[in-house]
Amino acid sequence: MANLKELKTRISSVKSTQKITSAMKMVAASRLKRAQEAAEAARPYAERMERMISSILENTAATEGGSKLLAGTGAEDTHLIVVVTSDRGLCGGFNSSISREARNRIRDLQVAGKNVKLLCVGRKGRDQLKSEFNDNILETYEGIGRSGVTFDEADEVANQIIGMFDSGEFDVCTLVYNKFVSAITQVVTPQQIIPVEINVAKETTKGDEAPASEGPIATYEYEPSEQEILSELLPENLKIQVFRALLESSASEHGARMSAMDNATRNAGDMIDGLTQTFNRTRQAKITSELIEIISGAEAL
Amino acid sequence: MADKLIFELVSPSALLASEEVDMVVVPGADGDFGVLAGHAPVLSNLRAGVVDIHNDGQVTKSLFVEGGFAEAADGRCTLLATKAQDVADISADDASARLTTAQEAGAAADENGKAAAAQEVTVAEAMVFAASNRAA
Repeated sequence: MANLKELKTRISSVKSTQKITSAMKMVAASRLKRAQEAAEAARPYAERMERMISSILENTAATEGGSKLLAGTGAEDTHLIVVVTSDRGLCGGFNSSISREARNRIRDLQVAGKNVKLLCVGRKGRDQLKSEFNDNILETYEGIGRSGVTFDEADEVANQIIGMFDSGEFDVCTLVYNKFVSAITQVVTPQQIIPVEINVAKETTKGDEAPASEGPIATYEYEPSEQEILSELLPENLKIQVFRALLESSASEHGARMSAMDNATRNAGDMIDGLTQTFNRTRQAKITSELIEIISGAEAL
Repeated sequence: MADKLIFELVSPSALLASEEVDMVVVPGADGDFGVLAGHAPVLSNLRAGVVDIHNDGQVTKSLFVEGGFAEAADGRCTLLATKAQDVADISADDASARLTTAQEAGAAADENGKAAAAQEVTVAEAMVFAASNRAA
């Protein structure tokens, strides 16, 4: 019956684990709120930028091919996949669902005979893909969004992508990240950012303000010129897309961690209940058997 | 007084300003231009410089932007700026320190870094200029 002591230590260790997980849940919840606010604050900029791009695209549809970022290089031989994950674990299936998607994508592309290059944002994604695709990983960014995602961080990643594109290192670029739906749902989203997908123009004309501005859109004046604005607008748009993906991913990460920790706390509670019951039963059994021993000892006299 | 227009300044991380104003003077890439209500639709690049907001014939607010885009249409003027701050918040010392660093970086930069460094110098110069002109 030395078992009683073991049970006791077991219970107290599970209790302290429960304390940790519930604290992590609280932290994740407050971070989630901040991350969500940041994601919402970034929306007006992205919306207006899309509106500008679509209005230019409507006017310059004829002059397509002016910018490589828009039209692509004409080839599809080398793909760059930007894998957005978190630096830290303990967030359920958040990172593994991203790396699963990335892995499937890489395999499909390799089967089709394409070159694949990887850019990892977040340490976990790198760790999970390293064993299989170590040679494909070009660079890893760590520590992004530790104190909230800033535009400068997105800028750095986007500049790297643009730099590589300009020096012809890849033809197609895709972001793979978790899109935030709610605290318990995140959707793995692959998004092609180079060349820019054409539906950008269609999507934005459906926007709520579109009907009012439908008429004058065709008569914009451009200063200095459409091409020059476009050549600045497109890289800027790319940065925004990256920024958005980072924000979404950070909100998703905290959401995923929150629900994972909520589950863990509940499981620890169940475990404590079970252990306490076993502890009580064992104790009673011990008392009963001691009583029987005493009584039978007395009877024997 | 003429009609007002809605002025909006948006940065990637927040909507910095949204207000009704009489006129906005925008530092376009090809030169400053004023936007009044009823301005013809325009899209323009911005250079680093100061956005002046006019109300009742006076400059009521000056904002420094480090480049971006401007759109004027439908009685509104929207600026997209990656970085913006109130001119009153610029410290002249910080601005000149930034200019010095930028110039040093420009001198040390290789072929690839030249363009970025030159850009940084332009921004810093505009910042110093904005800081020195603010009192006037």
